[in-house]
Amino acid sequence: MRFWDGVSVSTQSVIQVKNLETTFFMKSGPFRAVNNISYEIGQGKTLGIVGESGCGKSVTSFSLMQLIERPGKITNGQVILNGKDLLKLSEDEMQTVRGGEMAMIFQEPMTALNPVLTIGYQIDEQILRHKKVSPQEAKERSIEMLKLVGIPSPEDRYSNYPHQLSGGMRQRAMIAMALSCNPSFLIADEPTTALDVTIQAQILELIQTIQEKLNMTVQFITHDLGVISEISDDVLVMYGGQACEKASTVEIFNNPKHPYTAALIKSRPTLGHRVQKLTTIEGTVPAPHELPKGCPFVNRCSRAKSECKDNRPPFIEVQPAHFVACFNPV
Amino acid sequence: MSNEIILDAKNVKKYFPIKKGLLLRHVGDVKAVDDVTLTVRKGESLGLVGESGCGKSTLGRTLIRLYDPTAGSIQFKGEDFVALKGEALRLKRKNIQMIFQDPYASLDPRMTIGQILRQPFEIHNILEPSQRDKKVVELLETVGLKASHINRYPHEFSGGQRQRICIARAIALEPELIICDEPVSALDVSIQAQILNLLKDLQKKFNLTYIFISHDLSVIEHFCDRVAVMYLGKIVEIGSRDELFKSPQHPYTQALLAAIPRIGEGKKKIKKSLTGEVPSPINPPSGCAFHPRCSQKIDICSKKLPQLAGSNGHQKACWLYESETP
Ligand SMILES: Nc1ncnc2c1ncn2[C@@H]1O[C@H](COP(=O)(O)OP(=O)(O)OP(=O)(O)O)[C@@H](O)[C@H]1O
Ligand SMILES: Nc1ncnc2c1ncn2[C@@H]1O[C@H](COP(=O)(O)OP(=O)(O)OP(=O)(O)O)[C@@H](O)[C@H]1O
Ligand SMILES: [Mg+2]
Ligand SMILES: [Mg+2]
Repeated sequence: MRFWDGVSVSTQSVIQVKNLETTFFMKSGPFRAVNNISYEIGQGKTLGIVGESGCGKSVTSFSLMQLIERPGKITNGQVILNGKDLLKLSEDEMQTVRGGEMAMIFQEPMTALNPVLTIGYQIDEQILRHKKVSPQEAKERSIEMLKLVGIPSPEDRYSNYPHQLSGGMRQRAMIAMALSCNPSFLIADEPTTALDVTIQAQILELIQTIQEKLNMTVQFITHDLGVISEISDDVLVMYGGQACEKASTVEIFNNPKHPYTAALIKSRPTLGHRVQKLTTIEGTVPAPHELPKGCPFVNRCSRAKSECKDNRPPFIEVQPAHFVACFNPV
Repeated sequence: MSNEIILDAKNVKKYFPIKKGLLLRHVGDVKAVDDVTLTVRKGESLGLVGESGCGKSTLGRTLIRLYDPTAGSIQFKGEDFVALKGEALRLKRKNIQMIFQDPYASLDPRMTIGQILRQPFEIHNILEPSQRDKKVVELLETVGLKASHINRYPHEFSGGQRQRICIARAIALEPELIICDEPVSALDVSIQAQILNLLKDLQKKFNLTYIFISHDLSVIEHFCDRVAVMYLGKIVEIGSRDELFKSPQHPYTQALLAAIPRIGEGKKKIKKSLTGEVPSPINPPSGCAFHPRCSQKIDICSKKLPQLAGSNGHQKACWLYESETP
């Protein structure tokens, strides 16, 4: 057994997150939306991040992009992308990284798209900022990207405004923009949650295909266990701002160690495996200011022991490449 | 489940007129529900699935007359439901309730939980005012909340708890039929399970009938006895849960089932089962509306509309099975 401090340096890792901590300084007092999270993702691999609403998935991603605004602040940790510590960069330097080496697909497409500018203009602008090309070349590239993400008649759509596209098409336009500068690292924050299963499958196939072509590294966030299961090499399970388990996808689903992971998997109806009653996790997620001192899951956990209340379980490797933060794992 | 038919809908249509220009000229219709025939049996859960915009919510709302149907007939317990007006409609509606997707938007933020739950009794003038609080406490306990919650406001509750309040309100007047419109879609997985179990328990306890709308097929498979699949305003396949999930027949149902991500098998190469976008309900494609996206289409599909047909309660509207029908 070895303690996980996240510092095991692997040369293949495109992104390494070490002891990341992001705090919101609210009037009611500070709270840590992301509390000492560490992980790394190897080149060309996909890390899936799952967890309930409010557990800190988006704040983790925004922290990596350094898009955290007041009253939030990254209060500790390192984010190392291709060997550079991003948290040491100036905002100017960070702007060349964002949308270039590292890009993000947002939960809500309109976070990324400006409603008063055409789709084409916005993609052009991004390409011109990061690549030394002429406006004509940028336009050609934009149209090529729109075509790649499966938008019909891309030449026409190029001059459309976001509101002229359907939800699914807007999502794809945003993906086209995120991928336009061949990022080596892509963060996808619930890119398909608002979409139907059939459109979802189209978008997942697209991300996978481009990932293979560019050997791109992906951090994929969702609360859909099915999607996570099909797209990820490894899965990180978060609860209350903390990492509670990380392992390969097959391992997480077939041999979950953290009581939360195990209960989460059981509470989801599974096609073809019908049960009379679904297993539930009683209670609700604690509000950020009511997080217990010890394990964040302690109040809902059926395996809790007295030490779980007061002490925070360390994130430990219990089997090769299988990490869990629990005093009484399954 | 009995054989008693509680709801009988025939050729129901709901069109939303599109008006343009200064004179608001009628330029066309959104054919949100286009000729749906369907029966619901007492005590069953009928699932309604299909892509976003295919008309699930509109059908649900039309069946309980939140919308007036553009055409068609609806019978509720043998009585013509479309003809009912005013007081008679209000009385009948008490028997039918609806639970919505967004538990945040469907509760008045200025009212306490007690006020929200007393309201149905006040509107219908049921129970002595002194009895109402007792009944409200009973309702809260039935849905797993506490009597002490009665003076709190909706914003003091989590999403799952709010959905419980909505459920308490829906069952207050002991309805027979409840339309659940994506009742768990906005909730976390661990909370979804709590709500689904609660709805099931209530069904047993009060012999409730559900029409359960969702686009989550795993939830539908878990929850429903029968399933209707909608595409662009029409039912394209309907059958018992087991039939439909084990041997889906309409190419659209097949594509829909194939697109569901499976849990626990590990990373795989994802293959889309359908291409193209859902067509517009303003100008639906000719013939079978699914034909432009169908991989198995034959000549007739773009020319003529197939009708629902089939035996043993498993019906599909598809030309591929045309020879089977007499
Ligand atoms: N700008 C902000 N100001 C204050 N608190 C915030 C802010 N953004 C996020 N939070 C809080 O930080 C916590 C983590 O939020 P986050 O958005 O990362 O959750 P999430 O895991 O992405 O959830 P979801 O699945 O709902 O998207 C939540 O408690 C949230 O309320
Ligand atoms: N009040 C309305 N006025 C005009 N058009 C409407 C109205 N309500 C719904 N529509 C249209 O009718 C069609 C069916 O909508 P409906 O909301 O019933 O779909 P749905 O299957 O419930 O979709 P979702 O899964 O997104 O909830 C859509 O094209 C929608 O835009
Ligand atoms: Mg989020
Ligand atoms: Mg709807």
